[in-house]
Amino acid sequence: MQFGFTDEQTMLGESLARTLERGSDAAALFELGVGAALLPEEAGGFGGTGPDILMVFRTLGRAGAVTPLLDSVLLGAGILAAAGETDLAEAASIGAARIAVGLDEPGQRYDGTVATRAAADRLTGEKSLVHGADQASHLIFRATDGLYLAEAGAEGLSMRGYALMDGGRAAEMTLRDVPARRIGDLALLDRPVAAAVLAVCADALGVMERATDLTADYLKTRKQFGRPIGSFQAIQHRMADLLTEIEQARSAVWNLAAHLDGPGRDRHVAATKSLVGRVARLVAEETVQLHGGIGMTEEYELAPLARRLLAADARFGDSDHHLERFIAVSAASAA
Amino acid sequence: MDMNFSPEDQAFRGEVRQFLKDRLPARLSEKVRLSRELTKDEIEEWHAVLNEKGWLAGNWPNEFGGAGWTAIQRHIFEEESALAHAPRVLPFGIAMLGPVLQKFGSKEQQDRFLPRILDGQDWWCQGYSEPGAGSDLATVKTTAVRDGDHYIVNGQKTWTTLGQHANWIFCLVRTDPAAKAQEGISFLLIDMTAPGITVRPIVLLDGTPEVNEVFFDDVRVPVENLVGEENKGWTYAKYLLTHERTNIAGVGFATAGLAALKRIARAQVANGRPLSENPLFAARMGEVEIDLMAMSTTNLRMLAQAAAGQAPGAESSMLKLKGTQIRQAINDLTRRAVGPWALAFPSEALEGANDDQPPGPAEAAGATRSYLNNRKLSIYGGSNEIQRGIIAKSLLGL
Ligand SMILES: Cc1cc2nc3c(=O)[nH]c(=O)nc-3n(C[C@H](O)[C@H](O)[C@H](O)COP(=O)(O)OP(=O)(O)OC[C@H]3O[C@@H](n4cnc5c(N)ncnc54)[C@H](O)[C@@H]3O)c2cc1C
Repeated sequence: MQFGFTDEQTMLGESLARTLERGSDAAALFELGVGAALLPEEAGGFGGTGPDILMVFRTLGRAGAVTPLLDSVLLGAGILAAAGETDLAEAASIGAARIAVGLDEPGQRYDGTVATRAAADRLTGEKSLVHGADQASHLIFRATDGLYLAEAGAEGLSMRGYALMDGGRAAEMTLRDVPARRIGDLALLDRPVAAAVLAVCADALGVMERATDLTADYLKTRKQFGRPIGSFQAIQHRMADLLTEIEQARSAVWNLAAHLDGPGRDRHVAATKSLVGRVARLVAEETVQLHGGIGMTEEYELAPLARRLLAADARFGDSDHHLERFIAVSAASAA
Repeated sequence: MDMNFSPEDQAFRGEVRQFLKDRLPARLSEKVRLSRELTKDEIEEWHAVLNEKGWLAGNWPNEFGGAGWTAIQRHIFEEESALAHAPRVLPFGIAMLGPVLQKFGSKEQQDRFLPRILDGQDWWCQGYSEPGAGSDLATVKTTAVRDGDHYIVNGQKTWTTLGQHANWIFCLVRTDPAAKAQEGISFLLIDMTAPGITVRPIVLLDGTPEVNEVFFDDVRVPVENLVGEENKGWTYAKYLLTHERTNIAGVGFATAGLAALKRIARAQVANGRPLSENPLFAARMGEVEIDLMAMSTTNLRMLAQAAAGQAPGAESSMLKLKGTQIRQAINDLTRRAVGPWALAFPSEALEGANDDQPPGPAEAAGATRSYLNNRKLSIYGGSNEIQRGIIAKSLLGL
């Protein structure tokens, strides 16, 4: 049995981390080839396996980098590649095209029911929380009977953008007879969405590692009652529990990375997202608490990390949603 | 054992309810309900309505212009106010400074400052914490050096809540650097319009500038603004902290928060059914409600003890600890109840950076905002770790 990354993956992670030290400019990341590392060869990439995704997104999370890689490449180009739209997928993987994916709708939480309808290659409906919509050149929409591709600025398409807790942006969108082309069945979503869940979890893992590093440093330097607060046993035990939970999260992320393209994927998606969502919330709350007031300030590095952890739980289904899915999937496979 | 409120208390509850119905503007209660930030004017507006009725300072004796309520009446008022989504009464002047001045202040200080707290001329903020003095408050370093009939104040306070609106600050300052930590501290009232004071806002996790840093650079403070005796400030500060801890359980807020959570859970649809009927979520709500029911009785039991003349001891630490845990659990569930719409960043969504409606249910942005903002509950007012230490030490002798 062997856990760990290939040499190529390790090298990619290292050069990505170095690039991120200079900022998270999307052009620089695309130039580095990170986009292509997220796609398989058939789609013009050179990676796209579970461990590739784990390495890239954990590194992005550690750096707190806000990038289009999840929405435009892993999810967007991933769907396009699965649909045989290789040219556009490749363009997205090098940053020449930007894809946003409109899956969810107002009034629907995590269960994926949609009302958006297609009639004669025109879409009508409403989409909520379309990540990266205001940067997109192309949009993929989930409609009742399949997936559709539209161009940004198409007639009948309007949107209202806003900032997100994870540092990115999303939009509410209204579609009125928007010209769109059907690119495939809803089943095409399965692998890209599972990959996106892995990415969210790996990103959260990186964020948790960074947040606990910051906290450990702070506990060593902050003094109250004449000694570092990290010398109080009550605090030490809390940190020890956190590290243990994060170790669990790390294993859960590996579980999903290893099963992304094998049998049992659904069960691992549910298990990993449920566990990571729960631990992410815990780490956000505990690292803020152990810092005291400073942990609540926007000026300190922790605040955006804590919000990003909460955002991780709320994307693609929260810990409870996936706990229920885990129970359902496990029951179905036992039957 | 009679766990019922007396007929007088029940009548009082009815009176409070009626008053809130008649006088609380829907404009304000709607903002509170959706956890939107109140402006200075809005807070002052509500204070004025209460003051007109004589209810602004429920905890003050009648002789100082207060309502002279019993602890039970105060509890009823706070609970009803929270349930009606009334703005909270700001604690700094009313709950914190008022009682200190009434007990330790001079007649002149009482006559000068107390009426101005009531009629809203003064907005006070609390200048205790410093960058180096948080949990270990007795290490405050801001100095006040006597110079004729003035003190010259130098140093820095931090985390001063709503200091941006304040024209006065009560401070713990060091007047005897040679004495043991607790023994060299004085309690000083400082006019924030005095030369040498700078206020710098601090933006919090939820994106709002709720707290501030306050810098003092050779600020001249008249000696008559010293409360009580020089170097006795720690005693007054501790007295104030016990007052800060009444209503620390926040039962009213929790009850209102739980009601809001249930409303949201009934309106949200998960897998084709109301979220409130989802077994997992219903269990989570049930657990917190059971906790709150017991907490509410713990709170009343302690109020009854206080009414019987027993000083609040480590029990108030339990109220703080469990009360804030319950409120944070309700905030957490509320944020989870709004599902993916909790993703919108609250301050921008709430204050309408580009006059947007936040996405999702109307409560969503406020749910995230309250969750993030209320992480403070376990940090301030004596952190929950400090409270645990007090409980272990004073109840168990550990
Ligand atoms: C939103 C907000 C508003 C505030 N408003 C005001 C205000 O208006 N006026 C004012 O004066 N102050 C205010 N405060 C300050 C507040 O009282 C302090 O934040 C609090 O006392 C904790 O101090 P600290 O932040 O320096 O944390 P620290 O004391 O540095 O504590 C850091 C961590 O160490 C833990 N810790 C410390 N000592 C021990 C110990 N002995 N054993 C175990 N754990 C320990 C703490 O619990 C915490 O988790 C506010 C704070 C916040 C967050």
